Amino acid sequence: MINTTDAFKNGKAFIAFLTAGDPDLDTTAKLLTAVSKAGADIIEIGIPFSDPVAEGIVIQEADMRALESGTTTDKVLDMVEKVAYGCDCALAFMTYINVIYVYGVEKFISRCAKIGVSAVIVPDVPYEERGELSSVCEKYGVDLIRFIAPTSKERIQTIAKGAKGFIYCVSSLGVTGVRSEIKTDVGEMIRLAKEVTDAPCAVGFGIATPEQAENMAKMSDGVIVGSAIVKLIAKYGRDSVQPVSEYVRSIKEAVSK
Amino acid sequence: MSKGKFGIYGGQFIPETLMNAVIELEKAYDYYKNDPEFISEFNRLLKEYAGRPSMLYYAEKMTKDLGGAKIYLKREDLNHTGAHKINNCLGQVLLAKKMGKKRVIAETGAGQHGVATATVAALLGMECEIYMGKLDTERQALNCYRMELLGAKVHAVTSGTQTLKDAVNEALREWTSRVDDTLYVIGSVMGPHPFPTIVRDFQSVIGREVKQELLEREGRLPDTCIACVGGGSNAMGLFYDFIGDESVELIGCEAAGLGVDNPKNAATVANGTLGIFHGMKSYFVQDEYGQIAPVYSISAGLDYPGVGPEHANLHDTGRAKYVPVTDEEAVQAFEYLSKTEGIIPAIESSHAVAHCMKLAPTMDKDKIIVVCLSGRGDKDVAAIARYRGVQIYD
Repeated sequence: MINTTDAFKNGKAFIAFLTAGDPDLDTTAKLLTAVSKAGADIIEIGIPFSDPVAEGIVIQEADMRALESGTTTDKVLDMVEKVAYGCDCALAFMTYINVIYVYGVEKFISRCAKIGVSAVIVPDVPYEERGELSSVCEKYGVDLIRFIAPTSKERIQTIAKGAKGFIYCVSSLGVTGVRSEIKTDVGEMIRLAKEVTDAPCAVGFGIATPEQAENMAKMSDGVIVGSAIVKLIAKYGRDSVQPVSEYVRSIKEAVSK
Repeated sequence: MSKGKFGIYGGQFIPETLMNAVIELEKAYDYYKNDPEFISEFNRLLKEYAGRPSMLYYAEKMTKDLGGAKIYLKREDLNHTGAHKINNCLGQVLLAKKMGKKRVIAETGAGQHGVATATVAALLGMECEIYMGKLDTERQALNCYRMELLGAKVHAVTSGTQTLKDAVNEALREWTSRVDDTLYVIGSVMGPHPFPTIVRDFQSVIGREVKQELLEREGRLPDTCIACVGGGSNAMGLFYDFIGDESVELIGCEAAGLGVDNPKNAATVANGTLGIFHGMKSYFVQDEYGQIAPVYSISAGLDYPGVGPEHANLHDTGRAKYVPVTDEEAVQAFEYLSKTEGIIPAIESSHAVAHCMKLAPTMDKDKIIVVCLSGRGDKDVAAIARYRGVQIYD
């Protein structure tokens, strides 16, 4: 277990996303260990939400499967606590603000710090609304990850300044999900961010193939893959450890080229 | 800095991809709301196209029958497209056009907001796509066809509970994928800032007219204003001009479905807890982990698990109160108003009529109640027949 920024110290980082509790928490626990061993530098653990508005259909369905299998925030925290110290990578939680807010911001973030989760990624908390969450995160030394998007334009440098952990660069308009092509000038977004911050910049949304990962890694500090992994979990369910591990290895190899 | 707060409620809890879009909207609105040309065009459309001012009708038979307070009905059901929704759509779609947008998208529950958006899009020559829960497209099939007639494309949303909240989710997702040439025309006083303020302002014509009409006819303010609340746009429109008039009691009627003690309800203020969803901090019906709960009401337009942030604040400050009304009470009011006054109200508005029926007899005859009849009930006739076990073939 390492902190978020250190995860970028061994070359380009690969950030793997999966939804906790899909298809069940036992499988997620096995996947966390396996994905860490297969070379992921950060694992972004999604805490399922009933109405994930930033997600495409693949992760929406994973959230539904996870909730139907009885997954709750407490159960996810308990599971992560058990496996975190066996993971040779950084861990982050990805969820929606309502999940954290209703659980209790301080209760949630302090628990993250205690169990070894070093960052939280909350797509429906933009820069202007970070206040309450951000101050609690600082208190407990948990990084609140900031987003920049293709529409951010003049906002990029305001957001990037003072960023902690890493900057999540959204590669495309729309929601999460595999795309055949990424049209945004991600390189320019990152160049603007880098003028005002030393924080690493990782690119996510739409990346699925090793070729895409390699291309995105060339212009950034790391690559985030979600839906492609979740698709494998949807297909193989409890038997997804091996196919997911193989996939993670192929992406880690591609980003390291 | 967080913007668009009503007390602790509101804000802009949306993905970064949408932030510049809401900032652009806020700037445009701040400019055009003071632009004489925009104001005169909006007012001309309200008058000539929507048919405003809407009538304030003294419901004499109902008043005598209930034997208490004098009841006035604010006839938003007589607006073009049959509901108050047109007020907001004329404002927002006109604003979208001024902003140079080519396309509008919207969510709809009962279909009233979808129809109103499609109507104004047709009028102003904009492309229009409507997101509607699949369950609602079945409950309100006629409105779907109506939107298509008006040139809109209707998307049946199959995710989640397939109702209004899922339609909002999908419209938000669509907006993030095509934000440059598109405005999301939100149908209620909800969502991220500046929507709760914009929608309230465009709907506030309701309360302003009530105040003026009543002052002319009765020489005084009403004692009580009643409106139904889903997201809360007709209620906010009626209440807004009276907030400073402390003698005027403001009552919002929530859909209690099968009853507030039954899981099948949509009474957000009665049963909800603090949360942050659909861009805003407000009250939501949710579980202990913040998972948004499926809600239920016979009314597709009130079937929403949240409430606008300004209502949440009016509740907290005690300036307005919110009461639950069940399906059965609403259906009885639907039938009562039809038989007593020859007015078939929307099942949404029937929730407000139902509370008026409880309240009026307890008040003195010199008191005045204004009920916002937010929409007409033609769209609900088949559903009410089904509720009563009557087979209708159309």
